[in-house]
Amino acid sequence: MRGYAGKFLDVNLSTGEIRETKFADRVLRDFVGGRGLATKILWDRLGKRWETVDPLGPENILLMLTGPLTGYFPGTKICVSGKSPQCNGVVGSTVAGEFGVDLKCAGYDGLIISGRGEKPCYMTVFDDQVEIKDASSIWGKQGRETVRYLTRKSVDEVKVRHPGYGEAKEPSMLYIGPAGEHATRVAVVLTKYAHAAGYGGYGGVMGSKNLKAVVAKGFGPLPEVDDPESMAAMYKTMSAPAYERETFRRWGTGNGGYYFGAGTSSEPIRNWQEEWHDIEDYSGDEFDKFWAKKYWGDFGCPVTCLKLAVLRSGKYEGAICDNPDYELQSYDGTNLGVFDPEVNIHLASVVNEMGLCGIQGGAVLGLAAELYQRGVLTRDDLEGIELEWGNPEAFEALMNLVVNRKGIGDILAQGVYRAAKRIEEMKGVGLMQYVVHEKGMAIGAHGIRSEKDFISDLIGYACSTQGGDHGSQAHFPPFGQGGELSAILHDSAVYCMFAKSVDNEEVFRFYTAITGWKLTAEDWYNKKALRILQIQRAMLLLGGPDITWRPKIDDDNPPRFWEPMPSGPFKGKALDRKTFEKTRAKYYRAVGWDKDGVPTPETLKSLGLSTVNSKLNAAGFRD
Amino acid sequence: MNQDRPVWIKRDYLLCSGCRRCEVACSLSHEEQIWPEASRVRVFMFVPGIEIPHLCFQCDDPECVDACPEGALSVDKKTKAIRVDDSLCTACGVCIDACPGSVPHLHPEGNHIVICDLCGGDPECVKTCQEGRWNALTLGEENMKRQSPETPRALTQKTGNAILGEKTLREVWDQ
Repeated sequence: MRGYAGKFLDVNLSTGEIRETKFADRVLRDFVGGRGLATKILWDRLGKRWETVDPLGPENILLMLTGPLTGYFPGTKICVSGKSPQCNGVVGSTVAGEFGVDLKCAGYDGLIISGRGEKPCYMTVFDDQVEIKDASSIWGKQGRETVRYLTRKSVDEVKVRHPGYGEAKEPSMLYIGPAGEHATRVAVVLTKYAHAAGYGGYGGVMGSKNLKAVVAKGFGPLPEVDDPESMAAMYKTMSAPAYERETFRRWGTGNGGYYFGAGTSSEPIRNWQEEWHDIEDYSGDEFDKFWAKKYWGDFGCPVTCLKLAVLRSGKYEGAICDNPDYELQSYDGTNLGVFDPEVNIHLASVVNEMGLCGIQGGAVLGLAAELYQRGVLTRDDLEGIELEWGNPEAFEALMNLVVNRKGIGDILAQGVYRAAKRIEEMKGVGLMQYVVHEKGMAIGAHGIRSEKDFISDLIGYACSTQGGDHGSQAHFPPFGQGGELSAILHDSAVYCMFAKSVDNEEVFRFYTAITGWKLTAEDWYNKKALRILQIQRAMLLLGGPDITWRPKIDDDNPPRFWEPMPSGPFKGKALDRKTFEKTRAKYYRAVGWDKDGVPTPETLKSLGLSTVNSKLNAAGFRD
Repeated sequence: MNQDRPVWIKRDYLLCSGCRRCEVACSLSHEEQIWPEASRVRVFMFVPGIEIPHLCFQCDDPECVDACPEGALSVDKKTKAIRVDDSLCTACGVCIDACPGSVPHLHPEGNHIVICDLCGGDPECVKTCQEGRWNALTLGEENMKRQSPETPRALTQKTGNAILGEKTLREVWDQ
């Protein structure tokens, strides 16, 4: 086995038991790692009782998985997964950083974490020494304080473990903030200050397990590869085109706050009441003024698209964040009526400190503000907060309520869809027309109404197995570059899709150089990725325990996207439902689903997924 | 390309992206595998955003060489790099304490010290940093004043002050 460390840590936080688990070559060949392997592990361990598994209960399994290309591919990530408290399916949520490299250098491909710590705890992986430790001194702490404490503590521990080694480098870590600790559904798993595994809500899962952080340091090399010469040569040839991506390197996604509004009319503004603005004060050049580093990257990255933004003076002195990247420029900026880079950097910094998801958190704040604008939520409902658009203090105050689950914050902490359902009950009014979500997840900051965004598939969100995730969009035709079967490649081999500057064929060749296993396009799109997609789809449909999606109704765009564009150069433009329905039907057929969007028995059997088929039968999907 | 003249590696910490491609290049060149801890250049990140590529400063009068009780360290006549004779090195660590920048470290396998050898005069770390146009590591001219050796902590302090400001650095870094 090449490219893999060959073993995984299997940890039960309830019993404190830590053991090593291995997977047969056959399993790794089919499911690869990251998202694909997560799907397989979750199906094998929880599939039989999936509908009853509470994503925020001890029975859920939290996964932190590398893939065979992690560390070797120029641009490194790790995949966090489990049953998602947002969509009740499985989301492969990736985050950049050195954690995956440290883990593999320590001798492990990933962590499989079940149960719930009796008390707040964190884990350390120092090569083969794995421990569960008391986290009482950092429980309740925000991001920076957590990083500060764990860095010092862990560097000290490395020194003790390696006396006389010389200066000890800091270990890597994944951690949660207060939003995760309180098991909200809008919390992320973080690394550094501003890198997050966002979609899926795994910060809350980690918090529900009383797990504050996992720290890793490996002193070994990355695992042996099959063809070291090709690996080293391809490392260079795969980086060369990345160096040429001038615009993306220059701006990252940080010009998006202007571009996706003014250029493509696809930016969330005041909870998607509009998608167009042309406020030049919100352009990349204005954000650039606050960049302390123009290129901020993670292990092996040839692009370094992040930029380090720091406020060195003024009202918000001390704010630190990345860029912010476009998702936070929009969801924690324009979506809240904020069009001032300095205020946006501050809000993004607070979001990171809290361990809140920039997208899900920003979306639920925006929803609350629209409900306030419409008089559905009053000042009294909001604990006295006057939630006016563009008022950062008001949004920060509400954010505090969400993170601590106080008052209305407890409802909003459930994310846009669940919160709206609950407020509908409270107020006796219909609110779904204001909820821009897909399967319980606020969608990425890329509207589809103008059809000018890079995401312009009408079925992109509606048919994704990861709901609102703008990085895992369904695309017709499904086979080839683009679409979910490609996303499954990135998230399962586990490397950065933003750093990837070559086509998938090159990735297949690189995979072979690393693992020694052949992988063809045919094999990937028609078998392996398709198999992973089916299991993910089945688990999304099985859902539960609080919500179950009905594809006939729920494989749809948010209601707001069917309204004509309200402003800007595309004013009046509306999407064509007939085209949507036709494309959806074609997509269903192409990926082997029936007319209702359920994987057919034939599809499942041909991919060797008879247990999935039996489960869908038993759950009444064929009635 | 081996060069027959003294070279040195100039660093601009404010330009380091933290991509650690220098570690990849160095370990691929010296160890034929990706091995961050075995790299002769190591990027320290005691504070996220403050990334410090740390490697031999090539002092004029290297104290590590004087301190080595085994005579395992020497200055390369052509490049002025510090050479480690692995067959003589006992991994005693005296050179680590002697170095004012605390640069040398043990090979992770523990049997000898590793110090940047300038790849014979054409360092791989510099090449990769320049290919990507970060230019945090560049080749210094022979007649330019070299940077003084400093520890990762001291460099984090300086660079952190410059990037975050003193007040914020104090808040985020527990020295």
